[in-house]
Amino acid sequence: MIVLPSYERPVGVHPPLDSPGYGSTALRHPKRDLVLLPQNLTEVTGPMLGADRIRPGDDDLTHALGGEAQGQRIRVFGRVLDSDGRPVRDSLVEVWQANAAGRYRHAADNWDAPLDPHFTGVGRVLTDADGRYGFTTVKPGAYPWRNHHNAWRPAHIHFSLFGRAFTQRLVTQMYFPDDPLIPYDPVLGAIPDPAARERLVSRFSLAGTTPMYQLAFEFDIVLRGPAATPMEAPHDD
Amino acid sequence: MTDLAPTPSQTAGPYLHLGLLWDDGPDVVAEGTPGAIVISGRVHDGSGAPVTDALVETWQADPDGRFAHPDDPRGPSACPGFRGWGRCATTADGGYAIRTLKPGALPTPEGATEAPHVNVSVFARGLLDRVVTRIYFADEDNAADPVLATVDADRRDTLIARPVDGGYRFDVCLQGAGETVFFDV
Repeated sequence: MIVLPSYERPVGVHPPLDSPGYGSTALRHPKRDLVLLPQNLTEVTGPMLGADRIRPGDDDLTHALGGEAQGQRIRVFGRVLDSDGRPVRDSLVEVWQANAAGRYRHAADNWDAPLDPHFTGVGRVLTDADGRYGFTTVKPGAYPWRNHHNAWRPAHIHFSLFGRAFTQRLVTQMYFPDDPLIPYDPVLGAIPDPAARERLVSRFSLAGTTPMYQLAFEFDIVLRGPAATPMEAPHDD
Repeated sequence: MTDLAPTPSQTAGPYLHLGLLWDDGPDVVAEGTPGAIVISGRVHDGSGAPVTDALVETWQADPDGRFAHPDDPRGPSACPGFRGWGRCATTADGGYAIRTLKPGALPTPEGATEAPHVNVSVFARGLLDRVVTRIYFADEDNAADPVLATVDADRRDTLIARPVDGGYRFDVCLQGAGETVFFDV
């Protein structure tokens, strides 16, 4: 007999796939009900992608292509934990973002904000034994998009996380505190629970700054943890 | 007891290629590996149009049904060079292709046997969370698979890859007639 870990199935955390405020969901969300998948071997395992995926400098997005990126230099750091509070260690974190002017170095981004010759907007880091990660970048700019009239995405950084199991895979976005565009954003706003939305907003950290060098924003990420095991009924004696 | 609230998902957006493409992403095994197959297909949206900006990720057991993972209680996989995991962005025709080995069958904690399968995640602009499906193989005995048994019989076909020259064909239909079965994982 094999005994496997099991992972909680969070309810009310993720945005519904059918979110009419975000127009691109219209033709891309499944209309049939999802089928419950048991958590068997394929689900409780996952790729253990590690240090061989990281190159020197992958944690510093401000130096690329032979020069220094334009913009407000910041450190983004935090911990990757599971919902039991245990660190997710030695786990690959992939990030990508627009430059300080709000432009991605991507052929499909044709907004006429300037490209930065020294910013690719791509980083990779590994969590340490305490689940900590960190990288240096420039604060991304907001940018317009065609979702609705005069639509602007708030500044954000894309994050991709693997955890240690297929069930824990997560792709999300980190936002910045006090961004005036946040209340108007249908992507963040697709998350029904205001407290869950707030968890995607990083915190300014004075303690994390480097004097005379960079500001700092702290962003902790919580992946699904073990499902609660059934408790025995308490004894009265 | 769980106490920290999980971080919500957000879409990978139209520029996911920047952060998520690797040169060897589609190579679960290296080119030239004996027994290698290519699983390929297209991703369509609810209008039948190709989804040209999606990312398909796969995760699977090796041909012996083993995983190189500490939570596989049966011990380590002995299949050198087998990563188990692949990713491929879709192209202008919605197409993707993953080079891999055919997985083996798997025991379940309940004592059943899962037929050989590959877990699939699809990420894209317009998908606020990944969608998850499974690839089974038309030339395997899938009759006793406990997961397929929970899927409406008239929709099981959407989970079955068909043999083609060099491997298998598996299309993903996000919505509409022939919509792929997606799972709550």
